[in-house]
Amino acid sequence: MPEPEVDTRRREIAGVLTGEFQSPSPDQVLENVLENVLLFLTSRRDRNAVSLVCKSWYRAEALTRSDLFIGNCYAVSPRRAIERFRRVRSVVLKGKPRFADFNLMPPNWGAYFTPWVTAMATSYPWLEKVYLKRMFVTDRDLELLAQSFPAFKELVLVCCDGFGTSGLAGIASKCRQLRVLDLIEDEVADDEVDWISCFPESGTCLESLIFDCIECPINFEALERLVARSPSLRKLRLNRYVSIGQLYRLMIRAPQLTHLGSGSFSSSDIVAQGDQEPDYISAFAACRSLVCLSGFREIIPDYLPAIYPVCANLTSLNFSYANINTEQLKSVICHCHKLQIFWVLDSVCDEGLQAVAATCKELRELRVFPIDAREDSEGPVSEVGLQAISEGCRKLQSILYFCQRMTNAAVIAMSKNCSDLVVFRLCIMGRHRPDHITGEPMDEGFGAIVMNCKKLTRLAISGLLTDKAFSYIGKYGKLVRTLSVAFAGDSDMGLKYVLEGCPKLQKLEIRDSPFGDAALRSGLHHYYNMRFLWMSSCRLSRQGCEEIARAMPGLVVEVIRNENEEDKDGFEILYMYRSLERPRIDAPEFVTIL
Amino acid sequence: MEKPVVYDNGLNLEATELRLGLPGTNEPEKQTSTSARSKKRASPEMAEETRSKSSSCISDADDDAPPAKAQVVGWPPVRSYRKNSFQQRKGEAEGAGMYVKVGMDGAPYLRKIDLKVYKSYPELLNALENMFKFRIGEYSEREGYNGSDYTPTYEDKDGDWMLVGDVPWEMFISSCKRLRIMKGSE
Repeated sequence: MPEPEVDTRRREIAGVLTGEFQSPSPDQVLENVLENVLLFLTSRRDRNAVSLVCKSWYRAEALTRSDLFIGNCYAVSPRRAIERFRRVRSVVLKGKPRFADFNLMPPNWGAYFTPWVTAMATSYPWLEKVYLKRMFVTDRDLELLAQSFPAFKELVLVCCDGFGTSGLAGIASKCRQLRVLDLIEDEVADDEVDWISCFPESGTCLESLIFDCIECPINFEALERLVARSPSLRKLRLNRYVSIGQLYRLMIRAPQLTHLGSGSFSSSDIVAQGDQEPDYISAFAACRSLVCLSGFREIIPDYLPAIYPVCANLTSLNFSYANINTEQLKSVICHCHKLQIFWVLDSVCDEGLQAVAATCKELRELRVFPIDAREDSEGPVSEVGLQAISEGCRKLQSILYFCQRMTNAAVIAMSKNCSDLVVFRLCIMGRHRPDHITGEPMDEGFGAIVMNCKKLTRLAISGLLTDKAFSYIGKYGKLVRTLSVAFAGDSDMGLKYVLEGCPKLQKLEIRDSPFGDAALRSGLHHYYNMRFLWMSSCRLSRQGCEEIARAMPGLVVEVIRNENEEDKDGFEILYMYRSLERPRIDAPEFVTIL
Repeated sequence: MEKPVVYDNGLNLEATELRLGLPGTNEPEKQTSTSARSKKRASPEMAEETRSKSSSCISDADDDAPPAKAQVVGWPPVRSYRKNSFQQRKGEAEGAGMYVKVGMDGAPYLRKIDLKVYKSYPELLNALENMFKFRIGEYSEREGYNGSDYTPTYEDKDGDWMLVGDVPWEMFISSCKRLRIMKGSE
C-alpha cells in the first residue's frame, strides 16, 4: 500500500532522471530533511516534544515514528493511534494497573488486546514487534497476529493472561521470522498442545525463547531438536518441568547462550538405574558467554557447585525461586564480582546479604523476596542486611526489599551511601510497623531517601507512617514519577502534600490509607499530567469521585466494586486515568464509569 | 514418647494407629508448621499461635492493628505465582498421587507405583511381591528381612538408602523418593 509521501519522492526521483526536475518547494525540502533527521530520534519523550513544534513537524514526526508506546491501552483508541502513526514497526501496550497483580481487582476488568490486534492487522502490515504488559490476550488474538504480519520478529508478553499453549502453537508455526518469544510471568493455560514441536523444521532464527512461567510440561525431545536447529539462540529460559539432566543436554547443544533459565535444577526420576550423573560443571564451563542466570525453581542445593565456573562472568543472577540458605549462597556469591543484578529469597538471611555486600561491588539492582509472604512470618532479613548492602554496594540504583523489621537508621544510611538510587521500594510486611528499635514511625527514613537520593523516580513506602513522611515526599521528591502507598498516613494532608508537591508524579497507587474527598480535590491541577491514580479502601465517597469526573472531562473515572458487594453505590477502588476517548464500552458490570 | 516399633506378624500396628495429625508430623516441628500454614488462609488456631509468639517491641504496634490476624487481600504485595511457588509442590504431592519408581536387581525395567494407594507396609509389600513375582521374608527390627534373598529398600529425601519398614508409615511415604528390591545376602 504505497503512501502519499513515498509517491512524492518517487516522482521527484523520476523527475531527476528524465530531466524534468522541478525544484521542490522549501517547505518540502525542510520536511524531507526533517524526516531524515527524525529517523534517528528514538526517545519517545523527545519525539513528543518535536511533535509540538508546529504542524509540519507534527506530521513529519508522525510519519517517522516506528516505535509506538501506549502506557495505558484505554488512554487512546486503536483507530486514533493508527491514524496518526502510519509506519509503525513496534508496539508497546500496557493494560491493567499494577495492583491488579495482587488480586485487588476482580478478574475480567478489561485491557483486551483484541481491538488492537484487529486494527493493526490491516493497518500495520510490516509490524515486527509487540510488547504487552498486563493485557488480556486470547488464542485467537495470537492466531490473528501470526497470520497478519509476515515480517513479525518479536513477541514479548509480561504479566498477561487469557491465552494458552494453543495460541503459542500458532505463533511458533506461522511466524517464520520469529526471533524472540518471551513469556514472562504470564498465566498460560495448558491446552495440552505440544507447541514446542510447532516451530519450523528446517531451522529457526530464534534468538530468545523464554517460557519459565509455563506451568505445564513440554515435549523435551522436541525442545532439544529445536535448540539444535536454532543457531542464533542466545537466551533460553526453561520452565520447572525441565530437569537438570535435561538442562545438561540442552547446554551442551547451546554453549553460545548468554542468558539461561535453568528450569527446576533438580533431578526428576528420569535417571536410569546405574547411570552416572552428567558432568554439569563442564557443561557450565563450556558456556563462556553466559552472563545471566536464573531458574532454580526446585533446586537441590547439592547441584549448586555446577554453576561455579560461570559466576565470575555473571552480571545478572536470579535466585528468587531458589530455597537456599546462607552458607549455600555464600559458596556461590563469593565468585560473583561482576554481578549487577541480583534477585534472591530472604532464606539467605542477613548474613547472606552481608556476603553479597562484601563481594558485589558493581551491584546496581537488588531484590529480596520473602519465602514466606505473610504478615506474621519469621522475617529472616532485617535492617542489618539493608545496612550491609548500603555500605558494600555503593553503586546501587534499584532496590526492592521485603522484611519484617526495619529501622530508620538503616534506611537513612542507605540514603547517604547509595546516592545513585533511582528506585527505592521497601516493604515492611507487618502493617503499621514502626522502627523496631526506637518505636518511632518510619517517617525519617523515607524522608532521608527523598532528600538525599536526588535521582529518585520510583518510591514504595511501608511501615508506620504519619503525614510527616508525605510532607517530606512532597517537599523533596521532585523527580518522583511512581509512588506506592499502603496502610500509611493520618489524614487528607498526607495525600495533599504529594499531589501538590510532586510535579513529575505520573503513577500513584494507594491502598488502605485515610485519604478522602478533600485530598482527592487537591490534585485537580495535576491529574491530566498523570497516567493514572489508584485508590482502594481509602475514605472516598461516590460524590467525591463524581465531582472529579464532572470537573475533568478528559479523565475516565472508574469506581470498581467487589463482585460480591451488595450495595450498588459502595465501591472499593477508584481508578482514574486521562484519555482522549470516550469511556470504554467493554467494562464489566462491577465497574461504574462516572 | 517414642515407642519402639513392634512388628506382629509383619504388621506395624503403630503405623496404622489412628491419630490426629498431618502426614509427616514426626518430622521436626518447624517443617510441620510451615506446611500446615502454607495450605490454609488464616484460621483462629494460627492466630493464637502467632499472637503468643510475638515479642515485646513488635507487639506494641500489633496492639493497634486489627485484632484478628487474618491475611489481608493482596498483602504483602507478592504475586500469587511467587507465593505459590513454595507451597505448590507440597500440594501436588499431597493431592495428585505419589508415584515412585521401583526397581529390582536383575530386572531390566523399572516400574512405577502410587504410594498413596497403600495404607500400610503390609499392603505395599504385598503389591511389590505380586508385581515382581517374589516373596519377602519376615521383618524384624533387629535383623531386617529374614527368610528370603530379597530386601526392599528405598531412597529417602536425603539421598540415603534405607530399609523399608524402619520408620512409621507416614514418615515413609513423605520421604520415599524411589524403591529398590535388592537381591542377594547383605
